[in-house]
Amino acid sequence: MTALRRTGRYALLVALALVFLTPLVWMLLTSLKTYGDAQKIPPSWLPNPFSTYGFDKIVHNDANPVLRWFVNSMLAAALHSLLVLATASMAAYALARLRFRGRSLGFALIVGTLFIPPTSLIIPNFVIADRLGWLDTLTVVIVPGAASAFGVFFLRQFFLSIPAELEEAAVLDGANHWQVFTRVLLPLSKPALATLGVLSFLTNWNDFLWPIYVLFSPERLTLPAGLGLLQGAYNTDYPVIMAGAVLASVPVLILFVLAQRHIIQGVSRSGLKG
Amino acid sequence: MPVADVIEAGAARRDAPPPAGRTTRRGGTRRGNAATPYLFLAPYLLLFIGFGVLPIVFGLWLSVHQWDLQLPNRPFVGLDNYQALFDSQSADYADWWSAVRATAIFTVFSVPLLVVVPLGLALLLNGAFPGRTFFRAVYFAPYVLGVAVIGLLWRFLLDANLGLVNRMLGAVGLPADTPWVTDVPWAWVSLVGVTVWWTSGFNAVIYLAGLQDIPAELYEAARVDGANGWERFRNVTLPGLRPVLLFVLTTTILASANVFGQAFLITQGAPGQQTRTVVWRIVDEGLRDNDAGKAAAMSILFALALAVISVVNFRLFRYRED
Repeated sequence: MTALRRTGRYALLVALALVFLTPLVWMLLTSLKTYGDAQKIPPSWLPNPFSTYGFDKIVHNDANPVLRWFVNSMLAAALHSLLVLATASMAAYALARLRFRGRSLGFALIVGTLFIPPTSLIIPNFVIADRLGWLDTLTVVIVPGAASAFGVFFLRQFFLSIPAELEEAAVLDGANHWQVFTRVLLPLSKPALATLGVLSFLTNWNDFLWPIYVLFSPERLTLPAGLGLLQGAYNTDYPVIMAGAVLASVPVLILFVLAQRHIIQGVSRSGLKG
Repeated sequence: MPVADVIEAGAARRDAPPPAGRTTRRGGTRRGNAATPYLFLAPYLLLFIGFGVLPIVFGLWLSVHQWDLQLPNRPFVGLDNYQALFDSQSADYADWWSAVRATAIFTVFSVPLLVVVPLGLALLLNGAFPGRTFFRAVYFAPYVLGVAVIGLLWRFLLDANLGLVNRMLGAVGLPADTPWVTDVPWAWVSLVGVTVWWTSGFNAVIYLAGLQDIPAELYEAARVDGANGWERFRNVTLPGLRPVLLFVLTTTILASANVFGQAFLITQGAPGQQTRTVVWRIVDEGLRDNDAGKAAAMSILFALALAVISVVNFRLFRYRED
């Protein structure tokens, strides 16, 4: 590649990076402005003065307990992620390594549901959650989503890519299936488990449609559901709204920086969207 | 069978595991009793049946009943819920078809961009150069944020008076008073544009994996034959990406047809109800207006329509290959 073309490529790369990053930087800068500062026309880039006005408003807020929403979201996403890992890995072990009646049919059924838009199940799932008495509890944002077929499909593919020799050796040494699963296969599968765990956490942390309809009490909301309320309550008080958005972004951005490899690998191996 | 095809398309990409069956046959159940596999499956199956299979069956059941969430009587009404959606005299007709129209507009304009723009990003990021991982991460970053965050953020950026977008347009001498979120066609430009900004990095990562699967020798051979850059793209890259393109196209159509959060938060349905989408209509009908029966009928029509689109999609691509 010629020097000119290389320079051109970098110019384009940087210009695009600005397109993707500027809105996020603007969100952060606005969250550090005062109300008056954010209303100025034309707006200035840097806060003058740097202010904790927006964050103060969301920390001390009885009508919109934003920190409570943050804790709810953390708990829900962590527990959801663990539930997916536990149930999907066990099912994937059976589907990848054990022979039993109905295995092919079962797997086909599970994979088949990957192609049913989850939005089309919202109404019946709402009624089922209602019957179970789960509405307006954290359970309703943790459990039903864990029925997703993606985790099972993803881990089964990974397990099949691991040679079975080690497991056979363990079986010859007298290990039962549970021991083979927990002591041999799972330790070998750490990268895949990390990928699935992180993706499940992200999906649950960001979920919006389901929580806004199944959670009602202000103190029970998850953060994304609460942000909708915040927008209604603060209208054009953008430092407050952006402070809420920053609070919802920071954990996932940190997770992305730390687990970038796992996230990118998970996405490139099997699309998961919607 | 579209299901098998998507799996095939997905598995054809990098890190594809060896074909099923080989390893499974070796690790048979020599130890443990016949119940073991079912015990391993039980926890997931409980979830899968409760929130994956039951809602499908129950949804069909709801759709043939007049099922008001607040009323004790839920009489069987046959296909009335479906018929109402096709009967121009019914109360739900206008809202339903307005939502279908909104979803169709969004899908038709967003899908081509979400297929092409990420391909450009992937080509730009392909190959080894310093900073590649950094730029890939930057382009992907918006996708890790939820729709609530990007919705609030872009509602602000697109605000006609205080928003950064109009300010920046004004700074370069363009009109600075475009009503991005309150009038058409601007509302559509906003919803499509924000979605492209938000999810392009995701599709780009899928394309990148596909690009890395194309053997370098093919490019060498094309070069030896005197093919220029465009010809190499046309004759090597595109054919090599075919399964990935099909995968991206299908998943993107499904994702776009399911649009909800952007419209809910950024345009808030405006102007009027013009940007209220199908998913929004379904949850409003079922969970706000309590008519779960009609909402279930809508859900089923919606799922069927998407299934048909996916199948057509596969057929078209198949035949063009032959």
